[in-house]
Amino acid sequence: MIKSLVSWIDDRFPLTKLWNEHLAEYYAPKNFNFWYYFGSLALLVLVIQILTGIFLTMNYKPDAALAFASVEYIMRDVNFGWLIRYMHSTGASFFFVVVYLHMFRGLMYGSYKKPRELVWLFGMFLYLCLMAEAFMGYLLPWGQMSFWGAQVIISLFGAIPYIGETLSLWIRGDFVVADATLNRFFSLHVIALPVVLLGLVVAHIIALHEVGSNNPDGVEIKKNKDPVTHHPVDGIPFHPYYSVKDLVGVAGFLIVFSLVLFYMPEMGGYFLEDANFIPADPLKTPEHIAPVWYFTPFYAILRAVPDKFLGVVAMGGAVAMLFLLPWLDRSEVKSIRYKGIIFKTALTLFVISFIGLGYLGMQPSTPVSTIVAQVFSVIYFAFFLLMPLYSQWDQTKPVPERVTMP
Amino acid sequence: MRRMIAVFALLFPCISFASGGTVPLTHANNDLRDRASLQAGAKTFVNYCMGCHSAEYSRYQRVADDLGIPEEILKKNLMFAGDKVGETMSIAMSKKDGKKWFGVTPPDLTVIARSRGVDWLYTYLTGFYLDSSRPWGVNNLVFKDVGMPHVLWEQQGWQKPVFEKVTDAEGHSHEVLKGVALVDEKDAKKAADYRQTVRNLVNFLEYVGEPAKTVRQDLGWKVILFLAIFFVFAYALKKEYWADIPH
Repeated sequence: MIKSLVSWIDDRFPLTKLWNEHLAEYYAPKNFNFWYYFGSLALLVLVIQILTGIFLTMNYKPDAALAFASVEYIMRDVNFGWLIRYMHSTGASFFFVVVYLHMFRGLMYGSYKKPRELVWLFGMFLYLCLMAEAFMGYLLPWGQMSFWGAQVIISLFGAIPYIGETLSLWIRGDFVVADATLNRFFSLHVIALPVVLLGLVVAHIIALHEVGSNNPDGVEIKKNKDPVTHHPVDGIPFHPYYSVKDLVGVAGFLIVFSLVLFYMPEMGGYFLEDANFIPADPLKTPEHIAPVWYFTPFYAILRAVPDKFLGVVAMGGAVAMLFLLPWLDRSEVKSIRYKGIIFKTALTLFVISFIGLGYLGMQPSTPVSTIVAQVFSVIYFAFFLLMPLYSQWDQTKPVPERVTMP
Repeated sequence: MRRMIAVFALLFPCISFASGGTVPLTHANNDLRDRASLQAGAKTFVNYCMGCHSAEYSRYQRVADDLGIPEEILKKNLMFAGDKVGETMSIAMSKKDGKKWFGVTPPDLTVIARSRGVDWLYTYLTGFYLDSSRPWGVNNLVFKDVGMPHVLWEQQGWQKPVFEKVTDAEGHSHEVLKGVALVDEKDAKKAADYRQTVRNLVNFLEYVGEPAKTVRQDLGWKVILFLAIFFVFAYALKKEYWADIPH
């Protein structure tokens, strides 16, 4: 019965073909380690965000006079509204946790290198889109931090010569962040960006499945195929092997997610900032405006540059660097396992700088912290800009023929 | 408008200002599960705070249900304006009048505990001291030049500021506000009772800031327990499948 239904569909739609190409007969390297959970987890968080977002939209009011109260209405009067809202707010931060770990994995194992440049680029566009999505979503609760965070970030566009003022006016739809801004951010947050995000996810996965997954050894498993079956000898079908393995990852992730969701949804002011429980007030600037934690590394770079326009350029450049990665890395090997001491040192310094910048971006700036942020910013850029040189100087180790199991 | 834009533009390099709080906060030590305390806090809130402050995102009915207050008692002791039980805890004083009388509109207090924190609220409410330079004759330890009078002074007794002489790095000595002390020592017993009153009030404010807080704490461990069991099964399933992968 089911068989005949499937064949009826297969005659009209490539159901079995899609299933096989992307799951049952998609051969993935058998040596994936802990770092390979975060791709499927990012997809899980995306689903959580979309589902909870749908329910939030049913009760949220994108109106400057009603928005703050409607969020409190969700927290109080909607059945399990608090759960849905916290899932969404916790999910936003966890999206970045998962995506940053996912990107770091790519950095460690050279997953951006040929032939996976497009996988990386689609991923980077996803990251960019996610930042826009998060930024616009943060305005919606219409608290003080929502308002002033948006005010500061949009005013950055004003630093662009000639068109800046007009551009930021055009983005806001008013002279300050106001009802018009809230309404358009709502539209972009619930429709425009999610559509782009979903399209990019599909492109990211199609590109990945076209070239095949990288692995912790950076060995191309497609180069070594079984002469009879024509499947990679070091590959195993994604389904069932990685579907069951990712299920373990999902369970582990959801435990951590629930701990935050149920016991510290504000995460000490890092996921939900204290000042955001005060309704937006255009006449009262909060004592300390800081973006949410996932933007703070770039915010620290912005503040480290004394000139406003150059600061904006540096901030944009910091994100743009990541896009160039496939062409900056001239190393002969992909994985950090076979790279030499120079790359390992460079990556360590980069991680320290990125986390350091993230911390500094949350703190009020002092003369000392500005100097530290400047040093970190230089290291951040040096990691990328000097990569064409040091990745060639680096003494690499020979890459084995076959993958090594953990 | 142009000037406002200029202000924002100027603001951005020095986006943060150091906050000035120097007096350490006293721990509120409130207990969200203590119903009697919450009920007492609710009573103080509607009797004293709601003259000027609303809790307009909260509904009477919800408070009564969560705190175990029967509807009759709710209507008799907590509702004075003849509202319906399903209505929100709003007030008759208009925001405009509030601004005229106090210099600032008394803020809505529904989520005040979430923005200020319970310890700050406790320290604030116990931190009023006499200051003849202020329009209401009082100032506050943690909220300098506050616009609010010490509404509960009769329950606490007046307090005076305690200054400490501090010598700074350049050798100048100046007085720094260190704390408060009762003007009349005979009020000690009263002041102790007052601290409990404030603790109850702060407890209520924490509750009303997030009525579902204890609900989520009670649900959380069950969800996590389920996930832990699910994790064990998922791991066993993975082991079983992966047994046939050659190393």
